[in-house]
Amino acid sequence: MTLSSQPIAETAVVLSGGLSHERDVSLRSGRRVAMALRSRGVEVIESDVDSNLIGLLDSLPQAVVFPVLHGEAGEDGALREVLSLLGVPFVGSVGAACRVAFDKSIATTVVAESGVATPTQIALPHEIFRELGAQALMAALADQIGFPMMVKPSRSGSALGASKVTRPEELPSAMVGAYAYGSVAVIEQFVSGVEVTVTVADRGDGPKALPAVEIRPDSGVYDYAARYTAGATRFLCPAELDPAVAEACASVALRVHDVLGLRDLSRTDLIVTPDGVPTFLEVNVAPGMTETSAVPLAVESAGWSLGKMCADLIRVAARRGGRVPAEPVA
Amino acid sequence: MTDQEPEPTRGRGASPEPVTAADAAAGLARLQRRDTRLDSYVDRYAARTHGMTASAIRALFAVANRPEVVSLAGGMPNISDLPLDVVGSVLNELVVSDGRRAMQYGSGQGEPVLREAICEVMKLEGITAHPDDVTVTVGSQQGLDLVTRLFCDPGDVVLCEAPSYVGALGVFRAYQAEVVHVAMDEHGLLPGALAEALAALKTAGKKAKFLYTIPNFQNPAGISQPLERRTEILRVAEEGDLLVVEDNPYGLLGFDGDPVPAMRSLDAERVVYLGSFSKTFAPGFRVGWVLAPHAVREKLVLAQESATLCPPTFSQFAVASYLHNHDWRGQIKLFREMYRERRDAMLAGLADHMPAGTSWTVPGGGFFVWVTLPPGLDSHAMLPRAVTARVAYVPGTGFYADGLGSRHMRLSYCFPTPERIIEGTRRLGEVMQYETDVLATFGTMVESGSPTDRLYESPGTNQR
Repeated sequence: MTLSSQPIAETAVVLSGGLSHERDVSLRSGRRVAMALRSRGVEVIESDVDSNLIGLLDSLPQAVVFPVLHGEAGEDGALREVLSLLGVPFVGSVGAACRVAFDKSIATTVVAESGVATPTQIALPHEIFRELGAQALMAALADQIGFPMMVKPSRSGSALGASKVTRPEELPSAMVGAYAYGSVAVIEQFVSGVEVTVTVADRGDGPKALPAVEIRPDSGVYDYAARYTAGATRFLCPAELDPAVAEACASVALRVHDVLGLRDLSRTDLIVTPDGVPTFLEVNVAPGMTETSAVPLAVESAGWSLGKMCADLIRVAARRGGRVPAEPVA
Repeated sequence: MTDQEPEPTRGRGASPEPVTAADAAAGLARLQRRDTRLDSYVDRYAARTHGMTASAIRALFAVANRPEVVSLAGGMPNISDLPLDVVGSVLNELVVSDGRRAMQYGSGQGEPVLREAICEVMKLEGITAHPDDVTVTVGSQQGLDLVTRLFCDPGDVVLCEAPSYVGALGVFRAYQAEVVHVAMDEHGLLPGALAEALAALKTAGKKAKFLYTIPNFQNPAGISQPLERRTEILRVAEEGDLLVVEDNPYGLLGFDGDPVPAMRSLDAERVVYLGSFSKTFAPGFRVGWVLAPHAVREKLVLAQESATLCPPTFSQFAVASYLHNHDWRGQIKLFREMYRERRDAMLAGLADHMPAGTSWTVPGGGFFVWVTLPPGLDSHAMLPRAVTARVAYVPGTGFYADGLGSRHMRLSYCFPTPERIIEGTRRLGEVMQYETDVLATFGTMVESGSPTDRLYESPGTNQR
């Protein structure tokens, strides 16, 4: 039986919102995924993440969950652990993989070990600056990383709290800005080059890399406003890359998906350096699906429709089922 | 969807043999490159539309609406004390006895029965007016929009208090007016500073189209102009031939004594007055008004007709029936007491939980306390930490057109219960303490952020 001829899951529960800093983005993504699924005849219930959720899932034993939650709880694996616990089938990576992927400092290390180019990066909690003396530590960072550098929260999305630092005197406020979003910040080399993002989707026949999307923000910086103000950023898909470089980007995205143990859908953000090396920045286990997001663009450029891809992901999750195989009791 | 989907690059897990670059290149070459801004209207927008951008701060307010968060950010009136049975029977009677008229188009100026009632309401603040001088608007917000439309061309100057209502700054920005802020003290707008601003504009070859002021329980500062101050401001306005737009949504919500006479009661020719039922009755009806000199009123009605044909007829009849059938003065007293209790909770919570070096205003009415943070703290940069700690406020930067205000925040006490308000101040105190620790670590080296990305950020329509 081919995948598309299997009976469709009765109901998809699209989860969006939550309490993270990216709630607003998530609501927009959820809306678009819900519309896309409905266009393929899937019955969709849209739900926020709150104290009614478990009761809702209890009442829908046939439902498959499509989490479209950005930021904490949605991407750090916590909610997916709960879905596994409840035996609810869901689209996307399992909790443990998300936990690694969502933390930029851990994910970068794992990805670097697999042979992918990554920027030199240091992850530091705020307390270490106090204990060792901020002046000395910042001077060491300047020596080791050099300028320009990027400072970001270790666990956050949508470029929130991220800033490019070009001069030593900008570093303290960049650190404070990153720590406003979380207790650990990553400081890394600023990599200049062509900014691209590669979606990996697995519709039941193995993970495939979709055409890379090239991102050219008018302001020069792909920050929150450039991401979510329609018209403020130019997207090219497929990216204007040499075919071999495009292939290298696809390979890197697939390798990231593989080494981090991701499932169904991921999006890897890369910078292609002037010498054509794709350099890993971060990976998203719940990539944005808004009207100005890259994944829907890549899906359409691949000649798929967003609705069909989302419906296929639902089918894959339904077929997989929800229960994690029980450990044998000794 | 066709079945002829191109094959994207296969992954290792799915494909036994490695994919060659040539295969991939051939695959990609079949794809037509799409070059898009994901907004096909982008080349069509008016110049004023380009300033309307997404903002991370605005997005954070989406979290503030969740019940887990104590929102001291919103400006939503608390209407839980409204007698819904009374309102319900008023509306029932309205529909049954007069529904066909109430649900029909009406006059562009607004319904006479409501304009008469509005004149009664304004008497409480010393205003004598004729119903024909009143134009009904969709909240006083639309009144301000129409007034700005009548007076401001792009580049015209509007004078505002520093800080001023974020929603007004948004209107001025939409009409591409230039905002010049004028300083306040504990009695509101400073007449001397106003005179200086007028002189500076004159030197620069510019003329202000009007002064926008909120004399009672100002949003966001929570302070009020005593009668003498109003007189002085009007004297400066007269000397400088300056029109005054008086915005007065909170005037009847004072906690101590009788309302101070409105500026309009002191000068009927120089003052355009904006009034609202949003805080004294309920905001959902969207009924406000403009009281303007006759010549201006004529233009307002024409502008209103082009904007809405007529303000919502049903809402106007509903408000008029409520005023006619209910003890609305008594209801306002109940509202005042409810807000006073919340103001007291806020002040007690601040006294208990704010770190040293913090100061705040003590409002005699209205909805807001304006907090000045200890040196070094930046309310804009701190907001994500506050949201993580499940408390929200509005950073002071939203109330300045020039990017200032990062050392301030607006706290509202109108909506949460007194217990929640105190809990909110406790969470906020912890957030400020933690932020102070981070700042202490990085010392005084922290630069204040760029003001350019901080304009006009507000919690959105349902929270003003």
